[in-house]
Amino acid sequence: MNRRRTLACLGLLTLLAGCGGGDDAGRVTLLNVSYDPTRELYREFNESFSQRWEQEHQQRVTIKQSHAGSGSQARAVIDGLDADVVTLALAYDIDSIQTKGKRLGADWQKRLPDNSSPYTSTIVFLVRKGNPKQIKDWPDLIRDGVSVVTPNPKTSGGARWNYLAAWGAVLRTELGNDWTKLDDPAAEQAVAAAQKKAEEYVRQLYKHVPVLDSGARGATNTFVQREIGDVLLAWENEALLAIKELGPDKVEIVIPSSSILAEPPVAVVDTVVDRRGTRQIAEAYLKYLYEEPGQELAAKHYFRPRNVAVLERHKDQFPALELFTIDQVFGGWKATHEQHFADGALFDRIYGSGSAAK
Amino acid sequence: MSFRQPSILPGFGLTLGFSTFFLSAIVLVPLAALVMKTATMGWSDFIRVVTDARALASYRLSFGASMLAATLNSVFGFIIAWTLVRYEFPGRKLIDSLIDMPFALPTAVSGIALTAVFAENGWIGQYLAPLGIKVAYTWIGVVVALTLIGLPFVVRSVQPAIAEVQRDLEDAAETLGAGRFTIFRRIVLPTVFPALATGFTLAFARAVGEYGSVIFIAGNLPMRTEITPLLIVIKLEQFDYKGAAALGFIMLTMSFVMLLSINLLQAWSRRRMVAAGR
Amino acid sequence: MAGGPSKEMLAEIASRPGRDTLISSAVKYVFIALSLGFLAALLFAPLATVFITALSKGWEMYFESFKDEDTLAAIKLTLTVAAIVVPTNTIFGIAAAWAIAKFEFRGKSFLITLIDLPIAVSPVISGLVYVLLFGAQGWFGLWLQERDISIIFAVPGIVLATMFVTFPYVARELIPLMQQLGNDEEEAAITLGAGGLMTFFHVTLPKIRWGLVYGVILCNARAMGEFGAVSVVSGHVRGLTTTMPLHVEILYNEYNFVGAFAVASLLTLLAVLTLIIKSLVEMKRK
Repeated sequence: MNRRRTLACLGLLTLLAGCGGGDDAGRVTLLNVSYDPTRELYREFNESFSQRWEQEHQQRVTIKQSHAGSGSQARAVIDGLDADVVTLALAYDIDSIQTKGKRLGADWQKRLPDNSSPYTSTIVFLVRKGNPKQIKDWPDLIRDGVSVVTPNPKTSGGARWNYLAAWGAVLRTELGNDWTKLDDPAAEQAVAAAQKKAEEYVRQLYKHVPVLDSGARGATNTFVQREIGDVLLAWENEALLAIKELGPDKVEIVIPSSSILAEPPVAVVDTVVDRRGTRQIAEAYLKYLYEEPGQELAAKHYFRPRNVAVLERHKDQFPALELFTIDQVFGGWKATHEQHFADGALFDRIYGSGSAAK
Repeated sequence: MSFRQPSILPGFGLTLGFSTFFLSAIVLVPLAALVMKTATMGWSDFIRVVTDARALASYRLSFGASMLAATLNSVFGFIIAWTLVRYEFPGRKLIDSLIDMPFALPTAVSGIALTAVFAENGWIGQYLAPLGIKVAYTWIGVVVALTLIGLPFVVRSVQPAIAEVQRDLEDAAETLGAGRFTIFRRIVLPTVFPALATGFTLAFARAVGEYGSVIFIAGNLPMRTEITPLLIVIKLEQFDYKGAAALGFIMLTMSFVMLLSINLLQAWSRRRMVAAGR
Repeated sequence: MAGGPSKEMLAEIASRPGRDTLISSAVKYVFIALSLGFLAALLFAPLATVFITALSKGWEMYFESFKDEDTLAAIKLTLTVAAIVVPTNTIFGIAAAWAIAKFEFRGKSFLITLIDLPIAVSPVISGLVYVLLFGAQGWFGLWLQERDISIIFAVPGIVLATMFVTFPYVARELIPLMQQLGNDEEEAAITLGAGGLMTFFHVTLPKIRWGLVYGVILCNARAMGEFGAVSVVSGHVRGLTTTMPLHVEILYNEYNFVGAFAVASLLTLLAVLTLIIKSLVEMKRK
């Protein structure tokens, strides 16, 4: 009896394995593997795109969504999650899909305009209503008695942007607005001193952090629901959404004088679309993000649109501030990762570990 | 001595064969993959990863908090099991059926709910905060979460054993003038102890590996409130599968040794009982 | 066994000499108070949080949460997974308990420890091992890819990970029980000419029934509630590979607290369902 039941179970397993792949005939499915804060955006965007595609091609399309932390999503794609397109938080994560999984071409970031980032965001402060601690700019965060909530940069893409924004803001104060100085041999000493200051600042900053959540949404909940901390470092889009969802009477946004231009990139996963024959539609899907309806939806869901006309229409929502890019200040993700976030790199050293490595 | 002692009962080959096969397919082959992955890294790399200061701090927290949680569970789990088996009071059935809840609640939900209760603005946290006791986002929070998820193990192991304790023996002892404590030590404890040990071990083992509920309540500060499973996740986030496998391997080995020694101890005590003619 | 004392038994105990002393009733109330206090802080308060949040916007909103297509898909997936995993692990548990409890052989403690092992493995690792086996970079990755079979990031992966995590529960419940009960009655049945299966169903099963029920309840509860391991192998595709626990996380992260805790509350209710059935059966028998 045992044997027969086992066989039946194994049979069932095989059957289920069969349903894993494959599409219904006449209907295209697309899987968009994305990170946490884009859920609301893509829910609406997918509907809009499906309508457009059906009108133009008389073909029904179903877009499946997957959301989780950016890093673990990249890992899932590397390990075989069949994503037609990826829309992640950092270029580093898509780079990893390229280098570790060989699932798309090395030139992926050049294939679409604006570094393949159809929308951007930046890092701002969320404070308690009325700003009781008078937080105005980056230096205020390390004052005595101020506590700051930010997720763990080792597990959260958003948290890396937070860290880099803080670092860059110090360099901006020390060196002025001319980022070419960083590569100028003549300014070498000034740059070294500024980098030292930035490191010291970031070190101080994390001393003011009581909780390191594993993701951006977790940090927002800790700050708003549990009422931990005086300042939350957050994506601008997350901060705006949090105000809408969790109560405009509880928290408000403070825009620092300068911050980082966060560019969440998108890409078509070559090996998957070629195998499934979905390249045309996947590319159309991403292009649609750059078109006006896509840009409008991005703005509606609090991402800064690239399209100047659309941005102009929403300028009340997106106040101007000085933005620097990761390429300008840190020389791209690869270098940044090695210097700051790898095992035993700067972030680990802040917490007094990793001394054994390197 | 042969591999097994003769018995007239049938089905030894079939059942042992089937369970070993199934065990291999579901548990051993996957774990072998973990060991193999660890083996692909060099010896010196392995040592460096598993003896990193941060890893050591995380073992201290993971194993220390689990030990504390399992101990708390043994004490209170015994009291709860005793109460549920021996006493009749209103709501006993309901409470009995709620004991399994920590298993059914997704660990993330337990974590979120516990944090909500024990945060400084929570139901219980607000009364503890003036006393200077912070539970959420400290190691105490870790212990609380681990205690919750291990509770059913102890209660459910001990309940049947307490039901087994022969009341007549207790009564006889009492008639003969034995004190309450003596009865407990000489009659109750020996019967219940193996079950209590099982419950303790399982609660401990489960606590060591727990991830979902702890990350919400721990605060996750490196060197202070960072558990080993979180370090594994951090390694994974960096695509460092080998490092993750190495830490997983260390945890697995420690837990295996723990479990094996308890099981050997139990087998030994059972054999002693059998030898004494029950 | 864990059903508590019967009325007659309690009455009988109460009538025994020396039972009804001041100290024994003091002990009784201290025990009850300690149990309730401990459970209140650790178990009832979080549970109450779940239900109060789920109902914070009224019953209507509570039931509204279950109309969502993705939520329904998640409930279906969780029930499917439990329907495969629980019977399989029950059969394994019975077979393993028979071999281990009824026979003496070398390496028994070692075997029991291996059965215990999944409890000790961190859920993160339980998921990871299947990625190492079946992932694109894993042992069987290429082979599976060539044949277009998906295991991880699809239902089979979720079933396997859940099976791994809930593997020990039935066996763990039955082994000590069957060891305690001994072999005498089974040996008598066999001597009298009963077959193996007949002996099991007519002699062994009635004795281990409640232990088996408890094992199944625990296994089922864990199977439906598992989060960590499944989260690693699921791929998080909405409406396709999200189980109820994963869906709870998704809803929570969407700031849909009512929806998230409504699904969580349903999960707890599903888990006690088996327990309620058991109580009903017990009551009927009396």
